[in-house]
Amino acid sequence: MQIPHEVTARPDTGLYNAKLGIWLFLASEVMLFGGLFSGYIFLRLGAEPGYWPHGLLNVPVGTFNTAVLILSSVTVVLAWASLKMRQFSRYKLYMGITILCGILFLVVKLAYEYPQKFTHFGVFIKKDALGKYEQYLGNQHLAALKLDPRVEISGHLLDAPKGSHYEKVAQENAEHFRHLLHEGGAEHGEHGEAPIVTTDDPNDYVIQLDPANANPTDPANERPSFWAKPQTMKTAVVQAADIDGPHPSMYIPRHSPYFAVYFTITGLHGLHVLGGVLIFIYFWGPGTELYRRNPEHFTNRIEVVGLFWHFVDLVWIFVFPLFYLL
Amino acid sequence: MASHAHDDAHDAHHDDHHHELSFWEKYIFSTDHKTIGIQYAITGLLFLLFGFCLMMVMRWQLAHPGTAMPVIGPILGSLPVIKDHFPGGVMSPDGYNEFGAMHGTIMVFFGIVPIAFAAFGNFVVPLQIGAPDMTFPRINMASYWTFFISCVIMLASFLVPGGAAKSGWTSYPPLAGIADLGPAYHWFFNGQSLWLTGMIFNITASLLGAVNFIATIIQLRAPGMTWMRLPFFVWAQFITAFLLLLAFPPLEAAGIFQFMDRVFGTSFFMPTGLVVQQQLTDWSGGGSPLLWQHLFWFLAHPEVYVLILPGIGIIAEVVANNTRKPIYGYKAMVGAIFVLGFLSFIVWAHHMYMTGMGAKVATFFQITTVVISIPSVILITALLLSLWGASIRFTVPMLFATAFMPMFGIGGLTGIPLAFNTVDLYLHDTYYIIAHFHYIVAPGTIFAIFAGVYHWFPKATGRMMNEFLGRVHFWLSLIFINGLFFPMFLQGMAGVHRRWADGGGADLDHLTYELARPVLHWNPFMSYAAFLLGAAQIPFIFNFFWSIWNGRKVGRNPWEATTLEWDAPSPPPHGNFDKEIAVYRGPYEYSVPGAETDFTPQSEPTGSKTPVVAPVVHAPLSAH
Ligand code: HEM
Ligand SMILES: [Cu+2]
Repeated sequence: MQIPHEVTARPDTGLYNAKLGIWLFLASEVMLFGGLFSGYIFLRLGAEPGYWPHGLLNVPVGTFNTAVLILSSVTVVLAWASLKMRQFSRYKLYMGITILCGILFLVVKLAYEYPQKFTHFGVFIKKDALGKYEQYLGNQHLAALKLDPRVEISGHLLDAPKGSHYEKVAQENAEHFRHLLHEGGAEHGEHGEAPIVTTDDPNDYVIQLDPANANPTDPANERPSFWAKPQTMKTAVVQAADIDGPHPSMYIPRHSPYFAVYFTITGLHGLHVLGGVLIFIYFWGPGTELYRRNPEHFTNRIEVVGLFWHFVDLVWIFVFPLFYLL
Repeated sequence: MASHAHDDAHDAHHDDHHHELSFWEKYIFSTDHKTIGIQYAITGLLFLLFGFCLMMVMRWQLAHPGTAMPVIGPILGSLPVIKDHFPGGVMSPDGYNEFGAMHGTIMVFFGIVPIAFAAFGNFVVPLQIGAPDMTFPRINMASYWTFFISCVIMLASFLVPGGAAKSGWTSYPPLAGIADLGPAYHWFFNGQSLWLTGMIFNITASLLGAVNFIATIIQLRAPGMTWMRLPFFVWAQFITAFLLLLAFPPLEAAGIFQFMDRVFGTSFFMPTGLVVQQQLTDWSGGGSPLLWQHLFWFLAHPEVYVLILPGIGIIAEVVANNTRKPIYGYKAMVGAIFVLGFLSFIVWAHHMYMTGMGAKVATFFQITTVVISIPSVILITALLLSLWGASIRFTVPMLFATAFMPMFGIGGLTGIPLAFNTVDLYLHDTYYIIAHFHYIVAPGTIFAIFAGVYHWFPKATGRMMNEFLGRVHFWLSLIFINGLFFPMFLQGMAGVHRRWADGGGADLDHLTYELARPVLHWNPFMSYAAFLLGAAQIPFIFNFFWSIWNGRKVGRNPWEATTLEWDAPSPPPHGNFDKEIAVYRGPYEYSVPGAETDFTPQSEPTGSKTPVVAPVVHAPLSAH
């Protein structure tokens, strides 16, 4: 039994089956990501002022990944066009580039962007304790500029309360911090005080500050900024009693709704990239067998996975401004 | 395929020459739309029965709270895990919640949709449009097996520590977010997390099915099968598939969010400062429980049309066939169903009036909800008017179809007051709501399903179901189903809440809610109606299996019907048709003046009219 219009288009619809199928599938994908993004919008609009971080992500790295994906979208079209002209070796080349781009994207995400989050620590300060930490938050300055208040102190954790599961990470960070101090003696005591690496109170957190907290009134530290600023050598002590919420955490999904949506959406997007790459690898390697039997059918398949790839690209085009820029 | 039981002489020459399918390929991992349809039907019917059994146990509890159900109670009280919710065979409130949540979930997502959409759609649609199969047979198979996995997950969730999900079929957070978590539970193998996982598989299966249905209807219509010649059933499935395709993904998104909340401790739906049993919970907060409700109802309102549209499609086929005349207002019905499909995406918040959305938003959803009742009324009116002046053949399917109309009418009309914010604030979450939608889904869709089973059974098996047993089944079902659901309106209007685990109290001396006093006596009445309704299904179940082997043998077209499925042998072989199929006329040419018989099949060429043949040529079907 042969299903009609598997390879050739049905004249009155102008489509072969798989092409219609992928468009329908993509329609449902649009609704899936629509649902996910509506979660982003809903949570962001519902967030109290100051509780939705901006500009935490590394814009140059994001821009690089955007470029990588766009390039791969171009090469996948070239791969398909080569097949249309029955130039098989050019197809292999372009498809190869596409695959490499996809892998590069994933490597940047998994080996650089995500791990960076996992080592970053942030605490939200209770409303009635904000004043106590004014030197790290600069809220008077922000209020004068009519900007949202700052409620979070973030950076690298150098000391965590006894028994907290961040104790070990903090110790490692502290060691690294001391090492840096040792090397660049100049920074030592920048503000006339010895940097604190430990505290006497076992319930305190010691944080090596992000620039925005180290110099909260410096306009250069306003987020978002294009270039990521290096960690300062300044530290702050935050008392556990002043911390809002059940417990502070690294920049992991449970940290805040922001990171929850960030990891969920980029994670699902990443899975789509991975899926695309695997299919591409199949059609670059073993799948090419179909080309020898039925080049047109094979070309159609590449067109269809190409459409999927464009969609994956398109999702990223929404992810990038929503998370990196706004 | 040569081993298909052929009863028809025409089929004798029909043989497959190259590839003999193994047992596994033919019956288990089959890519044939008919086998997959039957797989969906059997799985769905079993789940329908299972969901009904859960409900009967709950109904015992409502009739006689705090007592063990005879026979069943002691059994449940001795099964592993389940016994935790049945101390001494008596259903605990947790057990009531568990069975209630799973009843709703199973009936909607594992019973009705798999049968009305997937089973009938798979079996009938390709036949009715003259296609050899679905466009993507292997994806079709993947759809069924993904669904099967979701079934296994849902069933398994009854046996994990703590039992299955307990937060209603709507799984509202924060309750659903905190349910089944803690030291006594596994982080993943717990009721609510498995519910979410099962739903994600279920949704994926629906999406695969929906893509296939739409592509099939667009691409594989036989020559001459123009859009306005499609049987109404095909239209209904087409719109339904779009609803599934576009409405389900947001629920998938919501399911992923809730899963993240439970497993990774995120706060999509967890509000700030959530305190459970005097303990501040671990969630960072900042999330919104309302977000879940929006995403859920964005699916679940279209979903209610997914529940009913295939039913209306089946009824249209049965009515046209048994009234021996075209259905009244075919074009209006097609138009109505389009409007309905579109509007169903912008009414969802009528389920959320209680959330205090503000007058402006409520007004918007009030208006759209009232507007959507117009196409619903068009559909039901067209079906009713089709009966006018007909010499009706009251076959078993037609009995069910006739009963469908007033029952659906009651369900639909009682929905209209709910559209209005002020009325709904009072009726929300009462038994009135339960009565409203059960009238649509039970004596509505389920009767349509029965009509469909009796109607297409001869096509699927080559044999008729027993007429007498069918009538017994029908009349008993009709009586008891009304006994079961009608008093719910009365209870609901008195204010009885839909989720009281004791139905308001054991008796008038032991009321948990005073307001239940005037309507409490309905509880036992409804429960016994439910048990009798269960008993009324025995003739059906017996008839179904008995007729597979012993029913009266029939040829291709026992109902003297016009649509294409009756041109194929009964049962149709792999590839469906044993002749070239082309379409020359509309779907319901019954009692055409001057015609020899009172039905003119769509495939019958006319001498006078030139056949309008779409510029599409199928690969010859005989060239397997
Ligand atoms: C004829 C037009 C209809 C109108 C105006 C209507 C209106 C409503 C409204 C406003 C509610 C929410 C009540 C509340 O929770 O307070 C509701 C609930 C419901 N309706 Fe309808 N409805 C209609 C038709 C249908 C149809 C065709 C179905 C198909 C099965 C259906 C199934 C349901 C279900 C399942 C619920 C309850 C969901 C839940 O809370 O668990 N309705 N209806
Ligand atoms: Cu609704």
